[in-house]
Amino acid sequence: MSGYQSGLLVILCFNVIAAYAVYLPLAAGQLNLGVAGFMAVGAYGAAILTNEMGWPLVAAVPAGGLAAGLVALVVAVPILRTQGIYLALATFALGQVIAAIFLNLDIVGGAAGYPVAAYAGPGGVYALTGAVVAAVFLLSRTRFALYLTAIKSDPVVTDLMGIDVRGMQVAALTLGAVIAGLGGGLYGHHFSFVEAQHFNVALSIYTVLYVLLGGVQTVWGPLVGAVFFTVLPEVLRVGGGWRYVLFALLIIGFMALRPQGIVTAGSWRRRSPAPARVPASLPEAAE
Amino acid sequence: MIAQQLVNGLMLGAVYVLVAVSFTLTIGILNFLNFSIPGLFMAGGMVSFVLLRAGLHWSLAILGAVAAAVVVALAVERLSYRLSRAREAEVPLVSSLGFLVLLENLALVTVGSDQQAFPPLVPDFNLRLGGLVIGGAQLVSLVAALALVAGMSLVLTRTSLGRQIRSIAENRETAVILGIDVGRLVPCVFALSAAFTALGGVLFALNYLQVSPFMGEGVGFKGVAAMILGGMGSVWGAVAGGLLIGLTEVLSIGYLGADVVNVTVYGLLLAVLILRPQGLFGRPPAREKL
Repeated sequence: MSGYQSGLLVILCFNVIAAYAVYLPLAAGQLNLGVAGFMAVGAYGAAILTNEMGWPLVAAVPAGGLAAGLVALVVAVPILRTQGIYLALATFALGQVIAAIFLNLDIVGGAAGYPVAAYAGPGGVYALTGAVVAAVFLLSRTRFALYLTAIKSDPVVTDLMGIDVRGMQVAALTLGAVIAGLGGGLYGHHFSFVEAQHFNVALSIYTVLYVLLGGVQTVWGPLVGAVFFTVLPEVLRVGGGWRYVLFALLIIGFMALRPQGIVTAGSWRRRSPAPARVPASLPEAAE
Repeated sequence: MIAQQLVNGLMLGAVYVLVAVSFTLTIGILNFLNFSIPGLFMAGGMVSFVLLRAGLHWSLAILGAVAAAVVVALAVERLSYRLSRAREAEVPLVSSLGFLVLLENLALVTVGSDQQAFPPLVPDFNLRLGGLVIGGAQLVSLVAALALVAGMSLVLTRTSLGRQIRSIAENRETAVILGIDVGRLVPCVFALSAAFTALGGVLFALNYLQVSPFMGEGVGFKGVAAMILGGMGSVWGAVAGGLLIGLTEVLSIGYLGADVVNVTVYGLLLAVLILRPQGLFGRPPAREKL
């Protein structure tokens, strides 16, 4: 594999991790526009642990993820008082505030950035990405994923069914933040440098963009979206300076023709026809 | 000194006011967070710059910029809003973001990524009141922004068009039943909001004498903050929010340093969202779709 290809693959991996960080809360109907903030927490957290505390990489990156999760848990309670567009903008504001705080923290270099001594090779990046994807796929087979879908479809009815809607929403946001923190922690160690300016609004918004482009009805959507978003601009290099113009036109066209995303629950079922299952908990009222 | 800072803050806020009003129009009336607005803002500054460079009179250049923004907004309405309104709520957001990428990169291809010097249209005079210094361009923008908002507010409250628009905001189905041609009216709202944004971009260029392909992002996102702060859907709330954000920004640059601007501005937004989600002047939210 050439340096260009492995470099591209690493970027794809980071995009996939970010995509699942956005996907989890979105599966419960919460639009997180501040995922870059959680990545920054993970990146700086893990970098401080290896640089200053001498932690090994395998402990520092998960600790960075947990730190991001902790931040999410603390802010989730007040933030989830808001709904819909208000929630999206609260996460947006939170992401901006977190990035701006790191930009002003002199112990991590402030605006000059923070060099990271420990190095994680491409192998580590692939391994973490595999682990994250496997974890989310496993999670998608549990009742937790069903609860999230139910909350997205109708929070009131889900509440009436006796499911702790607030608890599930907090869990989804926190888990997403943990994933974002893991990705951020590894990002800093792979590129040996962390700078607050990288974790900006554009990163958060583009992540949401390709997750929705891929589709959020199934767990495959974010993966497809991330591949599409990473590979297409490379393919469009033939267009020279016009490549992002073409790229934007493709996004607009895609969303106009296929607003539910590239991968949908329907397209999946058609390919592997399974008998429609009636959830066991429902009484057989249909007869 | 503090009085001078207040004046500067209000002048900067005037630009945010126009952007916040456009956001508030599409959100308050159509429930659509239109991410192409930062792109339209940039288009306002950029198209007027290109037309001025081509030797057009300033009035024609500004008119051309507004017309270009209106055309793009109508395309956004067609391709993002109308096609996907019935589907999942987040979809129009993505494709309006596609328009932002499109506009920024079109500008990048045509004029390059450097900042371009915008010709000074307002003669360089300073108004001195006591110890205060008010720049001519600043004064022109503040007055123009407030006049535009007042005009908008009059249109919304006094005219038949305004009543129709507000009835859509109130309840879309009822408006249709009452015989309002929603399909014709929605493009009007988009066009109005685009005109406001583009004029905001022109005023920004007039004030700072520069344009660049990415000038819309920072201002656009602060416009969103201003809109939330004032209360979504409230025109005068957007005015108050815009001025407040402008003041916060200038005062934090003046007393705390330029790097903390995002902490104070977005911290303020976060606090308002948590303590009073409907904003300072908004009505308590009904359940919103995105």
